[in-house]
Amino acid sequence: MYELFKDLGSWLVSGEQWTGADGIGHRLAEHLQYSLLATLIAAVIALPLGLLIGHTGRGAFVAVNLVSFGRALPTVGLVVLVFLASGLSMTPVYVALVALAVPAIVTNTYAGMNAVDPEVKDAARGQGMRGHQVLFQVEIPLALPLIMTGLRLALIQVVATATIAAYVSFGGLGRYVFDGLAQRDLVQVLGGAVLVAVVAVVLDLALSGLQRVLFRRRTAA
Amino acid sequence: MTVEWAWISDHAGDLTTLTLSHLQAALTAVLLGLLISLPLAVLAHRVRPLRGFLLGLSNVLFTIPSIAVFVLLLPVSGLTRTTTVIGLTVYTLVVLLRNTVEGLDSVPAKAREAAVAMGTRPLRTLLTVELPLALPVIMAGVRIATVMSISLVSVATYIGDGGLGQLFTDGFQRDFPTPVAAGIVLTLLLALVADALLVAVQYVLTPWTRDRHRRPGQQRRTRGRA
Repeated sequence: MYELFKDLGSWLVSGEQWTGADGIGHRLAEHLQYSLLATLIAAVIALPLGLLIGHTGRGAFVAVNLVSFGRALPTVGLVVLVFLASGLSMTPVYVALVALAVPAIVTNTYAGMNAVDPEVKDAARGQGMRGHQVLFQVEIPLALPLIMTGLRLALIQVVATATIAAYVSFGGLGRYVFDGLAQRDLVQVLGGAVLVAVVAVVLDLALSGLQRVLFRRRTAA
Repeated sequence: MTVEWAWISDHAGDLTTLTLSHLQAALTAVLLGLLISLPLAVLAHRVRPLRGFLLGLSNVLFTIPSIAVFVLLLPVSGLTRTTTVIGLTVYTLVVLLRNTVEGLDSVPAKAREAAVAMGTRPLRTLLTVELPLALPVIMAGVRIATVMSISLVSVATYIGDGGLGQLFTDGFQRDFPTPVAAGIVLTLLLALVADALLVAVQYVLTPWTRDRHRRPGQQRRTRGRA
């Protein structure tokens, strides 16, 4: 056990492990690239949907059930199925990651919109604001903290799951996990797992910290 | 991509075995999660400083990728069902702990005070007043944890377990989509049925909340006003 951790430690800090095409630096960049692109695509799909449901008040049922469906959908299965259908490309990875991120963004956006005080909306309308003005000048600013939370949760989940890209022969930090499993190299597997975990945790802490700073200033002003 | 229905009927027995194994892993994890999170939640609810620590810790645990959790357990418990169950339990803990603490928070102070005033001992108050009143929120957590576990079991296929998840690796290695599709559908069905059963359990366990969900034609039950 002790030997293992010592090997893991030297694996993580050795200079050669950090450079080159199979180096941690490159794998980390790939991992972040997949994660950010997938979250961006998901946001483009999910934000308008969540705003629409929240603004009109229609389709809340869809929003609620979308989450539990998304929660139940096995990501591994989805990646493999799309992979077998579409062949070797990044499509399966993005489909699975986007499917994972969309529910989190839709529900949090909807929840944020839903939490806006109806009296504030009435007051905005009473002042002669039109539907889109109420949406952009009142509802979205008030819902912003929860919308941001949704995006953050989605990104963290995606970072944690982007490991799967390596399963269908692409890069990212999952490379170490799956190569290590195939080569029975426990140190490499653990190294990969530790790196993904650290990236996810650090990103989560950084983004929630940023969120706290941004919104504290807003409420203080 | 076509689904070969003959494969499904030929392997009905295997599919049943995998489904049961899948369900067993998920349910064991949720039960263990409940056993661990209940006392921890009571502690977190009573002792303020512990609350932030325990909830913060569980939030951090939640950001760790599931594959990483399973892999990190390998030196401890190896390629076994135990690894699967421990990994899943960690995830259920996050949801169950948070919801149980929130459930205990949602108990009206008056109900607690009334119990104290009647001389009910703390443990009895917890078991007969607080926990029942917290049940709707706790059950919401149990539902999320169950559906999540059922979905996550398949990740354990990478460490040689994974119930229905084995269909994914199998289909992947043989370039054969039918088992993969079957695995996804069975996982979704399992989650759906488990969730529906938990709703039913909650309905039976919390008769006092039913009035709110009264159907339009139904007669309102008469109740004394406070």
